Order: sequence, then C-alpha cells, then structure tokens
Amino acid sequence: MSTALRRDPPRVPGRVPFRAAGFSAVWRPRTALVIAVGLVVLVLAMAVNIGRGEFPISIPEVLAVLSGSGDGGQRFIVLELRLPRSLTGALVGAALAVSGAIMQAIARNPLASPDIIGITWGASAAAVAVIVLGGSAGSVVGLLATTGLPIAALLGGLVSAALIYGLAWRKGVQGFRLVLVGIGINAALVALVNWLLIVARIYEAARAQVWLNGSLNARGWEHVLPVGIALAILVPAALILGFVLGGLQFGDDTARGLGIRVDLARTLLLLVAVGLAAIATASAGPIAFVALVSPQIAQRLVRSARPPLGASLVIGAALTVVADVVARTAFAGVELPVGIVTAVLGAPYLLYLLVRQGREARA
Amino acid sequence: MTTIARTPPGQPRARPVRRSPLRRRRLVGLLVLVVLLLAACFASVAFGTKIIAFPQVWSALFAPTGTEDDIVVRALRIPRTVLGVLVGIALGLAGALIQGHTRNPLADPGLLGVNAGSAFFVVLGIYLFGVTSLLGYVWFAFAGALVASVVVFTLGSMGRGGPTPVTLALAGAALTFLLNALVSAVVLIDTDTLDAYRFWNVGSLAGRDSSIAGQVVGFLAVGAVLGLASAPGLNALSLGDDVARSLGHSVRRTRVLGIVAITLLAGGATAACGPIAFVGLVVPHAVRAFTGPDHRWLLPASGLLGAVLLLAADVLGRIVARPGELQVGIVLALVGAPFFIALVRRRKMVAV
Repeated sequence: MSTALRRDPPRVPGRVPFRAAGFSAVWRPRTALVIAVGLVVLVLAMAVNIGRGEFPISIPEVLAVLSGSGDGGQRFIVLELRLPRSLTGALVGAALAVSGAIMQAIARNPLASPDIIGITWGASAAAVAVIVLGGSAGSVVGLLATTGLPIAALLGGLVSAALIYGLAWRKGVQGFRLVLVGIGINAALVALVNWLLIVARIYEAARAQVWLNGSLNARGWEHVLPVGIALAILVPAALILGFVLGGLQFGDDTARGLGIRVDLARTLLLLVAVGLAAIATASAGPIAFVALVSPQIAQRLVRSARPPLGASLVIGAALTVVADVVARTAFAGVELPVGIVTAVLGAPYLLYLLVRQGREARA
Repeated sequence: MTTIARTPPGQPRARPVRRSPLRRRRLVGLLVLVVLLLAACFASVAFGTKIIAFPQVWSALFAPTGTEDDIVVRALRIPRTVLGVLVGIALGLAGALIQGHTRNPLADPGLLGVNAGSAFFVVLGIYLFGVTSLLGYVWFAFAGALVASVVVFTLGSMGRGGPTPVTLALAGAALTFLLNALVSAVVLIDTDTLDAYRFWNVGSLAGRDSSIAGQVVGFLAVGAVLGLASAPGLNALSLGDDVARSLGHSVRRTRVLGIVAITLLAGGATAACGPIAFVGLVVPHAVRAFTGPDHRWLLPASGLLGAVLLLAADVLGRIVARPGELQVGIVLALVGAPFFIALVRRRKMVAV
C-alpha cells in the first residue's frame, strides 16, 4: 500500500544515526519539525480555547496562568473550569491518533482504523443501548445516564475488541484478517445502533444522536485523569513497540528473518491500540475521523513509508483541540459536537494533501 | 515421447481437451447461484407477514381471481421481489467493481462517498424542502450519489496517471466522513428531520411500490453493462497500473468506466432502498472462493450472489418479526456478519 505513497526512493545514506545507552534511532529532521510545529499549534489552540467563555481571558494571560503565575480568580477559572476540557480533548485526540497509526501500520492499509473496525462502534452500541433501553425502563435515569455511560462505553469497546481478536485468531493474528473480521463486527454494531435509534422514542433518539457525535462538553478533571493515566502507560508502550512496526511492514516472513517475534509484537501492539481507542471513546464519545485522518496527515507531512506514531499523536491532539475551538465559536449560541468539526476540518486538509501530492508527483 | 515434446516457441500450444477443475468449479458455482436465486425469488413471493398457503400463492401467480391473497402477492410481493433482485445485483456488482478498482479488499460501494452523498442530499431535502415521501427521496438520493462520486473521483485523480487505488480510497473515506458530519449537524439542529431521516437511514425494501423500481431500473441496467464491460480492463489493472499500461490498456479509460458504473449501480440502489451496507463488501469475498480473481467470472457471480443475499435477508426480516418486520439492512448486518467472519476465518485470504 505504502509504496504507492512514497514520492521518492528512500535516501538511507545521509541519515544521521542517533545513539544513546543501548538505544539507537535515525535522526529525522522532518519528523522533529512536524512534531515541534504541531506542539506549538496545540498549545496555542488550547490557550485560545481556555480564553473563551463568559469571562474572556487573553492568550498571554492564559499562558501566564499555565506557567504558574496569574491572579487568583483567573487561576480558578482556567485551572478548575476550562483547562480540563482542553486537556481531555488533547488527550483523547492523541489516543485516537496513536491507535489509528498502529492499526494502519499493522494492516498496511489506510482504511484500518478503530472507527472502521468496530471498536469505536462497540463502545457506541453499548452507550446507545444504555440511553435507549435505560430510558424506557425508567429505572436508570440519574446515575447510569451520567457515570454509567462512560463505563458502558468502555466495556462495549473492550468486549467488541476481544470478540474481534478472538475471531481473527488462527495460529496467530494476521493484520489483514483482523481488519476484515473487524469490519464484519462493525457492520453488525452499526445495524444494532440504527435499530436502537428506530425503536427509541424520538427524545431518546435525539439524546443518543448527541452522544454519537462525540462531545467535550462539561469535561472536568475526573475525565482527564483516566485518559491521562491510560496514555501515560500506553503511549510509551506504543513508542517502544513501534520500533518493530518498521520490520512488520515487510510482511511476516521477512519480519521473522529480522528477528521480530511477529505474533507477540502484533498482539501487544493491538492491545495498546484497542486500549487507547476504547478509553478515548469512553471519555468523549466517538469523535469521528481523528483516528483515520491524523496518521495519514502525519505520514504525508513527515514523508515516511508508514504512519509515524509520534507525529500522529501530536497532530491528533492538535486537530481535536482546534476542532473544539471551532465547535464552540462557529455558531454563536449553538455549540456543535466536536466530532462533527473534526471531520469538517480534517477531511478537506487530507484531500488538499492528496491533491498536492499528486501535483508534485506530476511536476 | 510426442506427448512431452515441448512446443516450439511461436506456435500456440494445443488447448487441452479436458476442462480444467477451476473452470468446472466456476460453472458449478454459477449454476448453484442461479438455482439459489430462483429459490430466493420464490421464497420472497411465498413468505411474508401475512401467511398465505402455497396453493393460493400458485393460483395468485398463474390464475388470479382478485382475492385478498392474490392482491397481496401480485401488488406487494412481486414488485418487492423484483426490486430486491435489481438492487441486490447492483450492490453485488458495485462491490466487486470498487474492490477491483481500489485494489482494496476493505472497500465497499459506500467508499466512493455514494451513500454519504445520498444521505446528505436526502437530509437537505427533508430539512429545506420538507420532502417526506419515498418517491421524493429517490431523486435527492441519486443526485447526492452522483455529486459525491464525481467529487471523490476528481480529487482522487489529481495525481499522475489518473486515480490510484490509494488516493481513491482515502478521498472516498475523507468525503464520507465529511458528509456524515454535515448530516449529523443537520439532524442535531432539527429533531423533525432526525425523525424522518432515521427511518430512511435503515435500508429497506418495504413500502417501495413498483414506480420506484421503474425509476432506477434504467440507471442500474446501464451501470451493469458498463461494469461488466470493464472486466478485462480490471483484470489488467489488478497486475498494477504500470503492467496494465505496458499491456496496452488505457488505465484512465478503464477507471472512468468503472467509476461511472459504480456510481450508477450504487447510487441507483441507494436511491431506491436507502443505504444498504454489507452486501457490496461481503459478496465479492464469498464469490472469490470459487471464481478466483478473474473479473470476467467474479463480476457476474457477485451480482447473482448479491441478489440472493438481499432477498434472503428480506424474507428473513419478514418472518422473524411477525406481525411487524425487521428492515433488510439490519437483518443483513446481523445475520451476514457471522457468515462473513466465518468466511474470513476459513480461507487463506487473498489480497485483491
């Protein structure tokens, strides 16, 4: 798949190796640049996002508060009320993007991402079932509707991932088979959600529709913590395991020849990807498109042969926070769900990159 | 000795008289599909929400006297069966075509943005013009399918040598997500639109009268002819664009032909019945098991199996949920998914 994307043959000579205490890598200036620019965009977008609201706070003031100064009132508003929302957005976006990058690299197919192979929809089906069936049962109004939804979503995502993995297992898991099984499960889950929307009363259908679009509304520290902890564990794991992704690109036999324990590596990587996607969906709903588009944008900006993990992470976080800013400001008074805006922002940019790539190839 | 003498270069080798096992397998497979399709058509006429005994079905078909049973069979079930066959063939064909053109076994007819385009236009029709009839949806859906696939194809073919499989797949996915987001935005703003749209959004053969089949049959027929005509070109393309070019095929022409066919087929099917997922994705995989990768066999067989699958799912949906019925889109996914997964597990999957 990815060979068609490479614009020029790889220049291995001229790469500067980087070594430190048993760890070695190749120094890629482009990757570093993309990550740096992405981080700047992310911090600025967060500052803008935090500054908006009933009490506007200017960007310099926000940055001052974030760096530890600023006055008491501003500190309270920023740190207690507005920072958690932006942080949740950044963390969720990062989690989805890394998850997508891992899956796309393993399956060697840009269409393999958690929102296509049923993990996100597993979470959604569980949540919609709670909204629709819980609502009509009448007993589960207060508690389960607020705290129950994320837990139901997390369980739904993990259960469907376990199901996909179990069904795809035959003397090891091939990335390709896994994705196809995932698409099968996904189709069933989408149908289930559509059916639930039909049997629901219109009020519950509307509520479910809101959840299905993903939202960062009213996210507090209690939402940041689980995603933060998950990321702190899973992202380093992904980056360490990511070193075998390059070898896995050559197919199983070559990868084995390179000394990679293919099945073990793939299983661990998938576990990481699934965990990230499920936790992200549980905390902010299924924010569309981030997992699919961020790795693809990163790959084109970095000009690598496969979706790069680090750059994907930064771009996913930046995209989600920028989308949140737009979602809150696009229509005065009406706040769009962030999941709508990620697609509206991400899709044209991916299309622009595709078109530009085509032009460059022709030139 | 003569039997093992090698043919001198330049002379065509004599064709073996014995039919190859592959060819026999393909013929048997096609025959089985035709029999299955006939059985599915019969089931679709015979079984339904209203229980009608076989003798009455028979007399309704061949000697109608105007009883209630006759009217149900002739006015409701036969048109519904015809529509199911048409749409099923269209979806199966479109699925095989799009997987061939994008060389992506994960592709389905919805990937070109066809379904999302239809959905978006239908929602606009409901929201802006207050359209609520199925007949009104058809033209919105078809216009949306056309616009979306033209956009995807144009963007995907900006590169060198026209659209490559990867740019097509990515452009399609991007536009699909974009349009779905816009649909979500509209139904969030307006609950009445959501109320109408959520029923269209589940594909179904129910409540479509024969006029809808009449409106799309022309598009589907042209699409099917174009699609089948592109089979040899697709075979060449499956070796890679460069090889196809060196064999003297016009890659661009084959692609344009294929995309036009996919748009007509998938757009017509979606316009008639709403988005029906899964048929286009699953059918080519199932059919490849006996046809192999040759598109000249794969395309017609996919069309047949698509019709069988759609009719079977429709009948099942009528039987299990008496006195109501389950929409065919839902049945397909819930029943089709286990079959598809079993298929994926059983075979050593071939990349397209």
